[in-house]
Amino acid sequence: MIKLFERRRRITMQRIKKKKSPFIYKSYSKKPKHTWLRKRKAAERRFRFVGFIAIVISSLFLISLAWNIFSSGRSAFIETQIELPITFQADLIEKKAYRTIIQNALLDVFPDVNTRKEKRLLFVLVSRNAPYELKKIIEKNPELIGTKKDIWVLASSAVSIFYKQRLLEESKRIGNINVVQSAWITLLSQSKRMRTAFNFAFFTNGDSREAEQAGVLVSVIGSFMTILICVLMAFPLGVATAIYLEEFAPKNWFTDFIEININNLAAVPSIIFGLLGLSIYLNFFGVPRSSSLVGGMVLALLILPVIVISTRNALQTVPSSIRFAAAALGATPTQVVFHHILIYALPGIMTGVILGVARAFGETAPLLMIGMVAFIADVPKSFSDPATTLPVQVYLWANNPELGFVEKTAAAIMVLLGVMVLINLLAVYIRRRYEIKW
Amino acid sequence: MKKTLPLLAVCAAFILPVQAHAGGEQIKIVGSSTVYPFITVAAEEFGNSTDFKTPIVEATGTGGGFKLFCSGLGEMYPDISNASRAIKKGEEELCAKNGVKDITEIKIGFDGIVLANTKEIDRYSLTKEQLFLALAKQIPSEGKLINNPNKNWSDIDPSLPNVKIEVYGPPSTSGTRDAFVELVMEPNCKDLPEFKAAFADKKIRKKVCHLLREDGHYIEAGENDNLIVQKLQSNPKALGIFGFSFLEQNGDIVQGSIISGTEPTFDNISDGSYGISRSLYAYVKDDNIGKTSGLQQFISELVSDEAAGEYGYLSEKGLIPLPINELTIMQRRVKSLVDQSVTK
Repeated sequence: MIKLFERRRRITMQRIKKKKSPFIYKSYSKKPKHTWLRKRKAAERRFRFVGFIAIVISSLFLISLAWNIFSSGRSAFIETQIELPITFQADLIEKKAYRTIIQNALLDVFPDVNTRKEKRLLFVLVSRNAPYELKKIIEKNPELIGTKKDIWVLASSAVSIFYKQRLLEESKRIGNINVVQSAWITLLSQSKRMRTAFNFAFFTNGDSREAEQAGVLVSVIGSFMTILICVLMAFPLGVATAIYLEEFAPKNWFTDFIEININNLAAVPSIIFGLLGLSIYLNFFGVPRSSSLVGGMVLALLILPVIVISTRNALQTVPSSIRFAAAALGATPTQVVFHHILIYALPGIMTGVILGVARAFGETAPLLMIGMVAFIADVPKSFSDPATTLPVQVYLWANNPELGFVEKTAAAIMVLLGVMVLINLLAVYIRRRYEIKW
Repeated sequence: MKKTLPLLAVCAAFILPVQAHAGGEQIKIVGSSTVYPFITVAAEEFGNSTDFKTPIVEATGTGGGFKLFCSGLGEMYPDISNASRAIKKGEEELCAKNGVKDITEIKIGFDGIVLANTKEIDRYSLTKEQLFLALAKQIPSEGKLINNPNKNWSDIDPSLPNVKIEVYGPPSTSGTRDAFVELVMEPNCKDLPEFKAAFADKKIRKKVCHLLREDGHYIEAGENDNLIVQKLQSNPKALGIFGFSFLEQNGDIVQGSIISGTEPTFDNISDGSYGISRSLYAYVKDDNIGKTSGLQQFISELVSDEAAGEYGYLSEKGLIPLPINELTIMQRRVKSLVDQSVTK
C-alpha cells in the first residue's frame, strides 16, 4: 500500500516538474483531454456534491427532529406507581368514599402529617383518578371488603416526572415538587413502595386532564372512524369523477374549466374546507357537530382532488393498445373501462388513495371549525358520537399547562408518525407488488 | 349490482343513526381557552363520578364560544359557554335574537396574568406605568405623542436593569392579551392629557391605548403559553406574559415579576392585591336545564366546595378560587336555577 502511494507521489512530482497538471485522468484514449471536457466533468462532480450535501442536511434535520421527539417522549411509556396499605373499610365503600380510603392509606404511611396544608401536599402525590381505579378493583374482587392489602396505585404525573428524573434520568425537569414532597418520595422509594411499570394505560385510556391517566385510545379510534367515512365518500366520488373526465367527457370549455378547478382545489388551504364543512354540513344539513361523520366528510373534500388527479394519471398510463383491443372485440366503452382499463390502473389509484388518506390522517385545521378539536373522554360508539383525532390530541396536549403533558405530546406524535409510516409503507408495497410496467 | 348493495347498506347504516340521534344526552361546552384547562377537569370528574357521559369541551375562544352559544336553542347548540370576560351587550342581543333569552352567569374563579422570566437572572419589579412605557406603541413626551423610543428598561427608569426590553406575549386574538391591555395599558393611558388632546373620541382613544409596539420589543409568540415558557428558557433576558397556572406548573424554571410591589402568588391573586387578574365565567342556558341530561348536576358540581372551593380540585390546577361569600352567592344562584327548572 505504502509503495503504491510512494509511486503515485513520484509520478505526480515528475508531472509537476514537466509543468503538466498533477492530476492523472484515467481514460480509454491516451490523447490529451480537452479543457471543455474537464470542465463538464467538474460541473458534474459539483452537482453531485451539492445534491449529496442537500440530502445530508435534510436527513440531519429529520434525525434531530426524530431524536427530539423520541428523547422527550420515551418516558411517557413508563408510569410510576406507589404501594399503599389499603384498608377496605365496608362503611366507606358503601358511601363510595374511595378517595377517603386512599387518603387514609397515605396517612397510614405518613402518620406524622397533621396540618391541612401538609395533607394537601401529601394527597396530590397520588393520581386524582386513583379512586376510580380502586373502585374497579373492588368491583372485581368484592372479597377484599373488610380486609387490608397492599395495592399499587398510580402516582401523579408530577411525582412520576420527579421520580423518573432522579432514578432513571429520563426527564430533564424536576417540575413543581417541593422540598417536603421530595423527602416523602425519597422515603417511599427507600421503603420500596415505589416502582415503575410499562404504561399500558397510554393505549387503553382516552383523554384525561391528569397527565398520568391520559391515553390515545379515543383519538386513535376517532381517527380510524373519520378516515373510514372519508374513504367511503372520497373513493367512489373521486374515482368516478376521474373516470368520467378521462374516458367519457367531451373535450370542451366546460370540462377544461372543471379540470382547472380540480387542480386548484388541491392547493386550497385545508382550513377553507373546514369552513365549508361548517356552513354546509353542519348549518345546512344538520350533521351532528364534533362527530366523526362530519369530520370524515370534510376530510373527503380535502382529499378528493388528490384522488381525482392520481386516478387520472393512473388511467393515462394504461396503453391505448388495451383500449383498442377491447373495443375491437366488441366491448362497449363502459365495458372497456370497467373490465380492462380500471383493473390495470387500480394499483396506481390505490397508491393515490392511500397517500390522500395519509394527508387526511394528519390534518387538524379543518377539524377546528367543525368542533372536533375538543376534550372528549368517552370512546365514540357510533359515527354520530363526538370524536377527536390523533393530531388533534397532540395539539390539545401541547396546550395543556401541566408538565406531564410534554412527554405525552411527544409520545402521541410518535404514535402518529408510526401510523403514517405504516400507511406509506402500504402504499409502497401495493405499488411494488401490483404495478404493471408497460 | 350485487356488489353495490352491501355498499348501500353500509352507507345507510351510517346515515340512520344520525336521524335516530335524540340529542341532549351529552353536555356541550364551548368557549375560552383560558377556562378550558379548568372546566375539563370538572367535566372529567363529573364523567368519572356519575353515570352521565363526560361533557364535551371545545376551546373556541371567548368570542367564538358566544357566537356558537347564541346561535340558537336546542341540542345542536352548546349548553354552556366559558368566558374570560363578562358577556358583551352585542352578544346578549345576538342570543336574544336567536331565542336564547335566559342566560345565567356563573363566576367560577380568577386567573392571574403574570410577567415572568427565567430564574437564571434576578426577578423584575415593575409598576404598571413602567410596563405601559415599555410596551405602548405611542407614549407622551413633552406634550406630544411620539413612537415609543425606549430600548432598554433603564431608559424608563434608571433603577431598572440596563437590559433590552423584550417581552413575549400572546397575539391580539387572545383573551389573555385583551385582559392584559385592559388592565395594564388602558388605565395608564386613557387619562393622559396628550392622549386626550390627540384622540378626543373616547372609543378611538381606547383603541389607540390598546396598541402594543411592533418594533421588536413586544414579540407575539402565539397562543400557546408553553411556547412562551420555552422561549424564556432560551432567552433569559426576556419577559413573557401568560396565565398564572403556567407559572405554577413551571415554577422550577421561571419566576413571576413583582407588579407594583406585589408578587403573583396564589394568595395575592385570591385577595385581589395582585393587580393583573380577571374573572372567569361559565354561562348556562336556562332553557336547557332539565332538558340536557346531567346539566343541572354538572353546574351544581362546578360551584361545589369540592370543585371551586378554597381547597377544591380546580384550585389544585391553578384556578384562583372565589372568596367564600361570592362562592356562596354562586351556589345559591345555581340552586335556585335548578329548583326553578324542577317546578317547571
